[in-house]
Amino acid sequence: MIELEIDGKKVEAEPGNMIIQVADAMGVYIPRFCYHKKLSIAANCRMCLVEVEKIGKPVPACATPISQGMRVFTKSEKALAAQRAVMEFLLINHPLDCPICDQGGECELQDLALGYGDDLSRYTEGKRAVDDENLGSLIATDMTRCIHCTRCVRFGTEVAGMRELGTVWRGEHMEIKTFVGKSLTSEVSGNIIDLCPVGALTSKPYRYTARAWELQQRYTIAPHDCLGSHLNVHVRRNEVMRVVPRESEAINETWLSDRDRFSYTGLKSEDRLNQPMIKQSGHWQSVSWEVALEYMLEALKKVIAVQGPEQAAGIISPSATLEESYLFQRLLRGLGCPNIDHRLRQIDFADQDSMPLYPGLKVKIADLEQQRAVLIIGANVRQEQPLLALRLRKANLKGAQIFCINPIDYQVNFNLNQKLICHPTLLPEMLAGIIKAILVKQAIEAPTTIAEQLKSIQVTEQQQAIAEALSVNQPSTILLGAIAQQHPQAATLRSLASLLAELTGASVNLLTEGANTAGAWLAGAVPHRGAVGLTQDKLGQTIAELFAEPRKAYVLFNVEPAQDCANPKQVTKALQQADLVVALTPYNTPYLQQHADVLLPIAHHAETSGTYVNAEGEWQSFAAVVSAPEQVKPGWKVLRVLGNLADLADFNYTASTEIRDELQGMLANHSLKVAKQVQPRINLAYTKHPLTRITEWPMYRVDGLVRRALPLQQAASHDSVGIRINSKMIEQLQLAAGGLATVEQAGESVTLPVILDERIPQGCALIAGGFAETEVLAESFGAITIHV
Amino acid sequence: MMPLTSEWLGVNEKIMNKLKHFFKSFLLWELLVGLKLTGRYLFSKKITVQFPEEETPRSARFRGLLALRRYPNGEERCIACKLCEAVCPALAITIEAEPRADGSRRTTKYEVDFFKCIYCGFCEESCPVDSIVATSQMHYHFEKRGENIFTKEKLLAVGDKYEKEIAANRTKDSAYR
Repeated sequence: MIELEIDGKKVEAEPGNMIIQVADAMGVYIPRFCYHKKLSIAANCRMCLVEVEKIGKPVPACATPISQGMRVFTKSEKALAAQRAVMEFLLINHPLDCPICDQGGECELQDLALGYGDDLSRYTEGKRAVDDENLGSLIATDMTRCIHCTRCVRFGTEVAGMRELGTVWRGEHMEIKTFVGKSLTSEVSGNIIDLCPVGALTSKPYRYTARAWELQQRYTIAPHDCLGSHLNVHVRRNEVMRVVPRESEAINETWLSDRDRFSYTGLKSEDRLNQPMIKQSGHWQSVSWEVALEYMLEALKKVIAVQGPEQAAGIISPSATLEESYLFQRLLRGLGCPNIDHRLRQIDFADQDSMPLYPGLKVKIADLEQQRAVLIIGANVRQEQPLLALRLRKANLKGAQIFCINPIDYQVNFNLNQKLICHPTLLPEMLAGIIKAILVKQAIEAPTTIAEQLKSIQVTEQQQAIAEALSVNQPSTILLGAIAQQHPQAATLRSLASLLAELTGASVNLLTEGANTAGAWLAGAVPHRGAVGLTQDKLGQTIAELFAEPRKAYVLFNVEPAQDCANPKQVTKALQQADLVVALTPYNTPYLQQHADVLLPIAHHAETSGTYVNAEGEWQSFAAVVSAPEQVKPGWKVLRVLGNLADLADFNYTASTEIRDELQGMLANHSLKVAKQVQPRINLAYTKHPLTRITEWPMYRVDGLVRRALPLQQAASHDSVGIRINSKMIEQLQLAAGGLATVEQAGESVTLPVILDERIPQGCALIAGGFAETEVLAESFGAITIHV
Repeated sequence: MMPLTSEWLGVNEKIMNKLKHFFKSFLLWELLVGLKLTGRYLFSKKITVQFPEEETPRSARFRGLLALRRYPNGEERCIACKLCEAVCPALAITIEAEPRADGSRRTTKYEVDFFKCIYCGFCEESCPVDSIVATSQMHYHFEKRGENIFTKEKLLAVGDKYEKEIAANRTKDSAYR
């Protein structure tokens, strides 16, 4: 420890700290522009000049390490004079357009100019003007306002790992630029808006719509990925104006993904459902809540009584809140129907009995930085959990080795030591190869479950290297992403991953879909377990069975069936033949109008209170940020009233917190003992199609809200729907890149543009889900044919 | 002239008062005194104005009906900085803004509720582009509920109508700013 003195106050600090860090910790404010605690030190704005005893000239506090006995004066005459002079220089070229600048009112330069600036300028020469950059549909630029702190450049190179912005020229002519004509493609690009201390980089969707002083700040949790980033939502007159991150070291640090930041733009979509509606003899009628709920309940009870409870099914979104999931399953189980599922995009449920209480991360998000070796299986981390990818990048920069096994050569923002890109059906084999490598190396007998199957597998050098790294470097982690979980052999992949973990000492982590998969499991929105994992007398059937063998009644909660589910064709067919389809939904889409019988308007996550349980098991409750429009009600209230109408016991909740507390109480008292120990079912056999479809849900197509966020859709326009296929396959199938081709799957066909994509392996085509264009297609990893 | 006092006349003060009163009453003395004042005003300069044909002059700083101004080329001045909305102590101003097709910052809604407005003139003081101004108009009324809320179009129309006078008043006052 070093002892020093700042403004006459004695303080002790670790050696290696800079003056500004010590001052910040003790609450002494030193003005700054370029210094940011999460970025490297640049010391190019010079605003933080302070006086240090025995040093002749003022020194920058952000770049001066502390030393024993140092006496720092941050507000001495000399320091203030230096800071004033720097401010005068900064203001030379800064335009005086605060009244039209979006940063006005929350601008660091404006604030400091008030403290350190003169009220009259001595500068009479011409000011420089700089051409604006086009950074796409999310970030607006006014580069004349730039003061060259280079925070945005440093964020790109250091944190995001995408060198998309840089500086050109020097001194007076210095400019921040993108590579010629490129807009930003980073999935965390919105953070440079927060970082920019002036109004050079501002939010485009928010542009000119509000002022900082008009906004009320409310707290909520991000609804799009399993991390549950902390958000501050800025509200004016009951309208969400923008979303900014709320600092949380354990989850999102100071960052936010673009999806969480800009998805609020989808809140005002035109197809919002504002009134309960029922379909009678083919015509939709707006009705009151009482009529709609009675009608729905009568019809549902009738189906259950006449056709039997197994003929009803409840499908709930993995992004529904814990309270909604809990009441949803209680309502349906109360009515006698055990068919409840939230795993919309999964196909293989063979190992569901041996799943833990809830799937998720065993490692804390923050601890991912400490990992020494990471194996990513079937995951596009950058798109699925953008902020998790930043943690992996940090680990990587600290020396962690990262490997991946993917069916697509995804771009990542860290260095991959090895990557195994293979046909999707070969994923289990690839993983088994690593296991074999370890077994051989350590001379261990293979477990009987896979001994036979391992015999035929050839171990490559890459697999050997991965096996070696995972067992040598500790702690090590295995991450299973969306593709691994949506894979037709997901259970095998999970079992293999567990086996690999046992052999190497790594932890197995599932990067779950939606914001609340963990919560849905805890709440009992799965067919084979009740709330907190309690065993059920009546076991329900999984979502795959519920659609493969069509039922008579479906209750859908915040699901857009054809865009959210694994096999849209099958889903549509099932809904078509059903006698009753009830959709609790925020949107009134043509698809639902065609297939549903009752539409009940429920609130968005911003309009309801609730709890999300993130992948690491953190229960994060939030209150409604704005009130729901017109007749729209929060989902948990609708379900509570339905429970009361159905005369179910104990449905009298007055607040969503009561539901959460009830669940927490149950969890503390009689939570599930560990899951049934079922022998892992590993089956490496697969059927190989001549041409296999790979399906992923692109970053901005994962749920109804982001699909309606226009700025995000524009930002992802380069990632549009199409047949993505490599050049060899294009040649082989005699297609033309850029032209149109027809995809046929299970008797349905759709014509889509052919997009050349060298990331796709041989024998496959990537056709994304979540688009209206691909609604007619079938299984995620099924056989397809493509012709012109 | 010596005053007609009792000592001077050598009569009893009581009798003297009675005599004074007698002559004042019969000669209509007090009426003449009154008529003297009337007469003075009859011939002095008149200050009555023939309202509504005529009005008393108003200071260039008079704060009446609010208006939004334009530049001489017809472009509205307001840039939607919302300082007037922020400074308004009566919360009479409501503004909504978004980028216009040409990318400039403009209001889509600019409303002043004249039931709330207290004519303090802070909005004018805060305006960086002299867009919102207090005109010297004071004769206006509202017949129906809702007319008290002036929309952007109405405020601009007021500005267009009185632009000459507004400009003249600003010029007059500019020496003191």
